[in-house]
Amino acid sequence: MEEQNPHANAPEAPIEPDAGKTPSPTATALQRQHQEWVVEVVQALDETTIIVPRAHIAAACSFLKSAPGLEFNFLSDICGFDRGPEEDRRFEVNYHLFSTTKHHRVRLKVLLDEDDPHVPTVTGVWRTANWHERETYDLFGVIFDGHPDLRRILLPDDWQGHALRKDFPLRGYEPYSLE
Amino acid sequence: MSTAVNIPSQFEIVDQPLDTQMTISMGPQHPSTHGVLRLELVLDGEMVVKATPDIGYLHTGMEKLFEYRKYQQGIVITDRMDYLNPLGNNLAYVMAVEKLLQLEIPERAQTIRVLFCELQRIASHLVWLGTHALDIGAMTVFFYAFREREKILNLIEAASGGRLTPSYFRIGGLMMDVPAGFERRVKQFLDDFPQAIKEFHTLVSGNRIFQKRTQGIGYISAEDAIDWGLSGPCLRGCGVNVDVRRTNPYSSYDQYDFEVPIEQDCDVWARYMVRMREMAESHKIVTQALSRLKPGSVKADAPKIVLPDREAMKTHMDALIHHFLIVAEGFDVPAGEVYHPIEASKGELGVYIKSIGGPKPARVHFRGPSFVNLSALPHIARGEMIADVVAIIGSLDIVLGEIDR
Repeated sequence: MEEQNPHANAPEAPIEPDAGKTPSPTATALQRQHQEWVVEVVQALDETTIIVPRAHIAAACSFLKSAPGLEFNFLSDICGFDRGPEEDRRFEVNYHLFSTTKHHRVRLKVLLDEDDPHVPTVTGVWRTANWHERETYDLFGVIFDGHPDLRRILLPDDWQGHALRKDFPLRGYEPYSLE
Repeated sequence: MSTAVNIPSQFEIVDQPLDTQMTISMGPQHPSTHGVLRLELVLDGEMVVKATPDIGYLHTGMEKLFEYRKYQQGIVITDRMDYLNPLGNNLAYVMAVEKLLQLEIPERAQTIRVLFCELQRIASHLVWLGTHALDIGAMTVFFYAFREREKILNLIEAASGGRLTPSYFRIGGLMMDVPAGFERRVKQFLDDFPQAIKEFHTLVSGNRIFQKRTQGIGYISAEDAIDWGLSGPCLRGCGVNVDVRRTNPYSSYDQYDFEVPIEQDCDVWARYMVRMREMAESHKIVTQALSRLKPGSVKADAPKIVLPDREAMKTHMDALIHHFLIVAEGFDVPAGEVYHPIEASKGELGVYIKSIGGPKPARVHFRGPSFVNLSALPHIARGEMIADVVAIIGSLDIVLGEIDR
């Protein structure tokens, strides 16, 4: 059975960061601009992920948006991820950047603790971040400091809890009523 | 005699003779809000001072549901997001999973995927055209557009058995090959469609009322459009040449010869023209895809991921074992994360999947183009007339199933 499957080895092997590959020019430029902005660079599956300390995320985004040669002027998406309540750094916030002129993409990642889920807003860099950050706040409870209008967006204003956290049950705690 | 009614403070009409501002609630039952969108409009006379979209009426927790389903079970959830472009959603999701699995898809499957995605794009644009014209007051177009859409839905039904929720693309290829005589039916549609586009232009583009209602309405500059994250026809209507099929080609789109329509006027009319021209380009791509269709397999050679043929299950024991394992336990996807963008009918549809191993994803997130395009509405609608708000919503081409998820 094993011999017949050409993919038997490929999917099982964990995807390691490609150490031998040329480093991403985006990460190099970020690091050259400010040593502290880059914690870790992961290159896997043709995608670059740069882990940025949360204090510097707005400054790093602002730099990437205007840096000549990079020009990440388009924020595709912001989405959260909950690693589970048992993890030290429980929340991830992913920023997917795109350049409408250079046509390249990069992912910035911020890691947050459960008892301090605050991250500076990037609405000052791209106005489209407004609704993405509201969605992440609504579903994960990540608080974006400095956001102009941080309200729930998909769930009702009086909803209890944050639905996409891993410890939130699939069917909720109790049926929601408008009372 | 009046009973005490608890009116939220924002709806109280302030009686000030010099202040003519009024707040009204438009939707969620308003027919021109395309579903269950509610707008809170602050009006000064007929002019919109502030428009605040209120969404979430259709929120069903789809992203949560993904985490409790196996990868292959997630495909049917994607159908129900942007229900006018289900095959586009299928494609974005299965391609993201295939990227995690590093699966190679056979050429025939890729070609059929392109063919159906472009047919679906035409179908989605036809619904937009019909409802957009209906919102503005031209009722006839709706029937012409739906007549053509019916032909496409029949083609999708012939291949997948479903009309609105086909789930035709599977991880590793297609559900099954297209039926006998399918090429002939597509060809017939392709022969008829240019005449239909001509009819639409006669009905709508030359209509003076439609021109007056759309030209110069809903202006957004190219810089603002990029800043607000607009994508798809809305962005190309502002003169920005970005199409994911060109900038980040997927599913062999780089081998097709087509033009990316660009308009410079930045208004409702420009977005209208972009979509009209896109339908003609999609027609071109379907024609090419049809001529590229060579016999071959439509499923990747990965027995642990792709379900075996029914015939093989009856004769080969390992096929039966694989079938059982895939259905009962699913397949392991290696740990990793991907963001896979495609050009859906409404703009950049991005799927973010995070896997920590195992048969279920740890996180699936959809970057819906409608969600982002709608977020720019307060910016676009400010200073416009209230009657033009329906034209602007129509030009953004939103689907609430994708916004609320």
